[in-house]
Amino acid sequence: MNEFSEIWVYLRASPLMHLTLTLVAYQIGNWIYKKTNLNPLFNPVLIAMIIIVPILLISKTSYIDYFQGAQFVHFLLGPATVALAIPLYQQFEKVKQSAFAISVSVLTGSLTAMLSAIYIGKLLNSSTTALISLAPKSTTTPVAMGITEQLGGLPSLTAILVIVTGILGAMIGPLILNFLGIKNKKARGLAIGTASHGIGTARAYQINKTAGTFAGLAMGINALATALLLPLIWQWLF
Amino acid sequence: MLNSLTLILCCQLAGEFTVKATGITAPGPVIGMIFLLIILLIKGSVQEDLETTANSLLSNLSLLFVPAGVGLMLHFQLIGKEWLPITISLIISTILTIAVTGLMMVWLTNNNLDETTNKHKTDNKKESSN
Repeated sequence: MNEFSEIWVYLRASPLMHLTLTLVAYQIGNWIYKKTNLNPLFNPVLIAMIIIVPILLISKTSYIDYFQGAQFVHFLLGPATVALAIPLYQQFEKVKQSAFAISVSVLTGSLTAMLSAIYIGKLLNSSTTALISLAPKSTTTPVAMGITEQLGGLPSLTAILVIVTGILGAMIGPLILNFLGIKNKKARGLAIGTASHGIGTARAYQINKTAGTFAGLAMGINALATALLLPLIWQWLF
Repeated sequence: MLNSLTLILCCQLAGEFTVKATGITAPGPVIGMIFLLIILLIKGSVQEDLETTANSLLSNLSLLFVPAGVGLMLHFQLIGKEWLPITISLIISTILTIAVTGLMMVWLTNNNLDETTNKHKTDNKKESSN
């Protein structure tokens, strides 16, 4: 018995346990997500969080201790962001002929996403911290977290708001587009990709390949536009 | 694999360096992404090795958000206080973004004569390099 508690003390201090916990929880989340036919409500990241947070709270593990192990996963966010250049380049090659229309549409959508979130939040008396964390919500998570961190918001809050935005856009996006009578697959893809990044893109691919390609492209352009423009808008507004 | 990973890390490092050196307000990895994009545009093609490495990083992209997401446990208080305004602006903003982007694209496409519609089957990748 004594031996067991010694092993426990040792493992709790080593990064191995929390790294493993992160991977196992995500795998469970991914398994459920696949079992539900990629239903956006069963997002693997959300499921992983629902598994990990209570375990940490019950075992009285601090986030700093957890991060000792999880940092190895977290570090890969940077290289993954750089790697987004590859799909962006490949998708751009496919749609060169409508580059102007695409860029203008996504840029307009990107500004709408940032400004409407900031202004509505402000109108409802949100704190500055919450506003910064909310502003990049339509951008793909690694980029959104980078922006929030730079502007002094809470990257972890951004991570969850981005995911919720993705789920929401994937669910209601097709309904809004039907309501507006937008049948053009390119426009549908761009709209869903701009508003709800990777989660929306995955949904768009399920509907139609053209829509999926355009959604992926919109996600990339929106990430670039938000990363470059939001800090400027923020300085200008506050 | 190793070559490509080195290239990606070099781009990221150059991005971080650029941000610190010039005071540009953008995340370092995003600037690194722009550098890699410029390299690809100059080369005019993506090497298979680079594509494989990028795919292995991006195919499990969601996993990489988990550690940061768990950090939410530090901010339960803020969320408890502000969940309503956050939720309302998130919902309205998402609806507006979808509507504006979709309508803008339809409007621009209808005003553009060289835009050919219903050519969805052209999936054959035309290599425009060289």
